[in-house]
Parts: sequence; structure tokens; C-alpha cells
Amino acid sequence: MVQITSAMSIAKMVGSNRVVLGHGIVHVTGDAKLAPEEEKDLRRRLVQKALDALQSSEK
Amino acid sequence: MRVVHYLNQFFGGIGAEEQAGTPLEARGGAVGPGKLLEQLLGDGARVVVTLVCGDNYAVEHEEELVAAVVEKVREIGADLFVAGPCFEAGRYGMAAGALCVAVQSQLGLPVITGMSEENPGVDLYRDALYIIDSGANAARMREVLGKMAGLGKKLVGKAAIGLPADEGYVCRGLLRDQVVEQTAARRLVDMLVAKVKGEPFESEMVSTSFDPVPMPSGIKDLSKAKVMLITDGGLVPKGNPDKIYGTAATRWGSYSIKGRDDLLGEEYEISHGGYDARFVQEDPDRLVPLDAMREMEKSGIIGKLHDEFISTSGRANPLSNTRRLGREMAEKAKQEGVDAVILTST
Repeated sequence: MVQITSAMSIAKMVGSNRVVLGHGIVHVTGDAKLAPEEEKDLRRRLVQKALDALQSSEK
Repeated sequence: MRVVHYLNQFFGGIGAEEQAGTPLEARGGAVGPGKLLEQLLGDGARVVVTLVCGDNYAVEHEEELVAAVVEKVREIGADLFVAGPCFEAGRYGMAAGALCVAVQSQLGLPVITGMSEENPGVDLYRDALYIIDSGANAARMREVLGKMAGLGKKLVGKAAIGLPADEGYVCRGLLRDQVVEQTAARRLVDMLVAKVKGEPFESEMVSTSFDPVPMPSGIKDLSKAKVMLITDGGLVPKGNPDKIYGTAATRWGSYSIKGRDDLLGEEYEISHGGYDARFVQEDPDRLVPLDAMREMEKSGIIGKLHDEFISTSGRANPLSNTRRLGREMAEKAKQEGVDAVILTST
């Protein structure tokens, strides 16, 4: 499992071991200020990061 | 006092690991540690029946075992149900916990058990039960049974139960009111002064501890993996069909996204009182990134996006609850062949 969240300190506290920093509490995978296509790009990048994290193993 | 006592095959005197497949047996009177328990309870307390079951049988037939034990306890008209102590024996602890919870909730009877803090039964059942902290060493049987008998008698007599440290049970995370002499401000300054002086003081806040979660190994071939989306941001279909509360949610829901490429705001609402949900309401992909994930599926980067996403509200929720919700979600994901989960948290 990978967690996308902007509350990184909480994720760390509870021991979540794959965490991607989200783009804000109110829109974890979005940004209302961006144009729709830019926003979707941001979301693709976040999701790709999450998928990368899922393939990583403990060093 | 009429007592029913549950033991595993080892403490029940049937045998060691080679007898772990033994089905449930009922024996009249006290067996093994039950004899000492009877003495320690005193006041003419009697172990009417001892139920003995092999550890493997218990775990493999949990539902059956629970039903049979509850029935037996009801039939006997017991005043107290005692299981164990189980020390570090994991399967024994799991069975004892499940049985105690069932007897307590279905028959409303007082129950008591004992386990080491390391026993997985403690993790699962500490919130629901009084579990005497037995430590790992079975040589402490007398001391542990003494504490179980003491607390068991109090439960039967509906006497006031002391703090975990006084009674010897594993902390349940319960809060209760207490009258104190000084105001909070005064107590705080006193503690601070003690701390500065290097004197001992006792904090009134119990910090929550989180056990380390082992990291599962990475996905080897993402292009064959089934990925599921979960959120604790409270996104639910309009009308909130599962009535998931926005605060201290007791439930989660699973909602179909089969054949959908995008989540539409008008079809969803947000049951979560902890963040400004307007942006997610406008476009739910900002919380549950379906559009981007569907692209990943279509381009073959992931094998399949699971047909449902799971949602609950993560706001102001006691750990006992969230742990259960998490376990239930993990079970569903496992049953449905999900290889990986992306959890979005607000």
C-alpha cells in the first residue's frame, strides 16, 4: 500500500511506510487553481509517484 | 459462583502440538489451572465445566467453536467465563479473545482472560476485554490466575474496577471522569516545575503507541497488478447509502467505478466534517484519482484498476475503530485479489 497525503507527520507517526506527499489537505490529488489540463497533469505525476513507490523495496 | 473455563489442548492436559487438531471437548469440573482458579476465587466458586480445544482446531473452526461455546455457557447458566491464561501462545490467545467477546456480547456475562502483551490476541481484543497481562512465562501461573480471579470477582459483583496498573490488566484505552483537587493550569505548572527541577512527575496524557508495520516487498510487475483506490476523505455516492458518519465513522463503503473514466461531482457527496470539501465536491478526482488511474490502466502501466473504490471518513475516530475498519478493508482487498492499494488521506 502507498498513501498519498499532505499530513506527512501523521502518516509517519502511524508507521505508514510508503508515503507520497499530496497536493494539499483539501485536494490531495488536485489543485483548483490550475487549468483543467494542468491539474490533470499534476494528478498523473502524483499517481505515477505512488506507483513508483509501490514497486520500491526496503533498502 | 458458577464458572466455565476454556483451555487449549496443552493446559487441558491432552498433549502438545501433535494434539493441536483436537476438537472441542467438555469436561465436568476443573481441569489443570482451573483447580487453582477455583481455590483463588474462593467463596464456594465452582468451575462447573472445562472446555478444552486444540489450538489449530480453534483457529480453523472459529465460527463453529464460538457458537458451541456460547451455547454451552448459556446452557450451564454460568456467572463468569474464564479463558486461559494464554501467555504468549498466539492461536490460544486469538481463540480466547474471540470466545470472551462472543460470550460477553451475546450473553452479557462477565468474562476474563490473560495474555502476554506480545500475544496477537491482545492487539485484536484489548479494547473489548479485560485481559490480565500474564507476561510470557507460564511459571507465573499462580500470580496471573490470582489477578484474573480478583478482577473476575469484581466483574461478577459489579464492583468498581481500578486502573490497569492496579488491577493488572492491559490498558484498554478507556477514558473516565475523575475528581481532582487542583485546576488543570495548576497541575500543568506543577509538572513543569518538577520537570525543570529534574523531579519525577506523571503526565496525564497517555501517548498512543503504534507498533511498527512491516513493509511488504515491492510489486514486481505492475503491468500485471490489480490496484485498488481507498480514501479516508469521506467521498460517498449522493445520499450516502451506507450512512457513513462524517465524524468517528463506524463503517466504510465500497462503490463501483466499473466502466467509468472520471468521477462527477453531481453524483457524489462528502461525509467528512474535518476539511473544506468544496474542491472535492467540484471534482472528486481531486480525492480519488480515477481519471489518472484509468489512463494508467489503458496504457498498460498497471494491469487492472479494481472495479470498486473503498471510502470512509478518517475524522476524529478512536483507534479501536479505525483498526477494525482497516482490517475489514484489507480482508476485502485480499479476497478480491487486489495486489496493491493507493490510499488517499485528507
